[in-house]
Amino acid sequence: MTTPKEPWRQRDALTDLYYMEARARLLDVAAFLDRMDRASGTDDHRLRSLRAALSLLSDGKADRTRRILESWSDPSVAPADSADTKGATGAWPKL
Amino acid sequence: MRYIEPHAHMVSRTTDDYTAMVTAGCVAVCEPAFWAGFDRCSVDGFRDYFRQLTEIEPRRAARYGLPHFSWLCINPKESEDLGLAEAVLSIIPEFLDKPNVLGIGEIGLNKNSRNEVKIFERHVQIAVEHDRLILVHTPHLEDKLKGTKLILDILRNAGVRSGRTLIDHVEEHTVRHVLDAGHWAGITLYPESKATPARAIDMVEQYAAERLWLNSACDWGHSDPLAVPKTALEMRRRGHAATAIDALIYGNPLRFLSQYSGFKVADHVGGSV
Repeated sequence: MTTPKEPWRQRDALTDLYYMEARARLLDVAAFLDRMDRASGTDDHRLRSLRAALSLLSDGKADRTRRILESWSDPSVAPADSADTKGATGAWPKL
Repeated sequence: MRYIEPHAHMVSRTTDDYTAMVTAGCVAVCEPAFWAGFDRCSVDGFRDYFRQLTEIEPRRAARYGLPHFSWLCINPKESEDLGLAEAVLSIIPEFLDKPNVLGIGEIGLNKNSRNEVKIFERHVQIAVEHDRLILVHTPHLEDKLKGTKLILDILRNAGVRSGRTLIDHVEEHTVRHVLDAGHWAGITLYPESKATPARAIDMVEQYAAERLWLNSACDWGHSDPLAVPKTALEMRRRGHAATAIDALIYGNPLRFLSQYSGFKVADHVGGSV
């Protein structure tokens, strides 16, 4: 297997470019979960879906972003009877 | 750098944004009809909005040397009221011959309801009857995957020519569905929802870049009218060639939009196309 020449295919170059940003974002997620631990109440579907997605980050399989987005998606097929709201919450409410 | 902003809601932006965009290299801006943040209560409200998109905003953009184009529709968020939606559909042909009108858009789905589907199908019918380009909005967040699949089924059943339809706001879980169906795909660069510059470039690197474009979809919400040139800078930092960047942010939208004979870019990059 030949080594690609493009910088955007080289792990060391991408690490130099994105490591600090990824590090900061991971700490933000950790701090968010710590904040939830200190707060009263229970998890709603958004928090449940976020916690469930964490396992996809570390399962060692490819296409994490696609799989996380799919895990948060409405799995139904037929059109809804009506649009009772205009907004979306970020995760399927029945999760 | 030169680029085309193929999706921006400029009626909700300031003239300072026009200055910034042109300074960054924008040579044409395209504005789909969208939701105003509230439901309009009459067809006359839409007639005024379509005049704004086809007469007023092009003049405002022209003061900055920027050609302005528009897409017309009633947004899926306002499609639950079938009576109003049909009334709005009936006035769209009055505006289709305005010189800056690219086609029908951004049509699509929001909450994937039956009424939204009906009005989406009616929009597609108008586009086919008038042989116009189509710009499709896909739903937000958890509704996007289901809505994208419904939209692709409807387009297939309507016999729409795939090369003349762009399906917007794709993300990692929908981009392959759209490209495999033969359509163009738009990646929207938003600070929180949709795609960040880094994720957008990841998709460009993995999929058929010749049928992708980038847009800011800037409006009155959390968005950045300079998202496209900033993503170009991010591509340069990753080591992408200047020619590849130019093809993505200028050549691709130029190729799709030039299917409308009236589309042109600013003279300072070489005249009309």
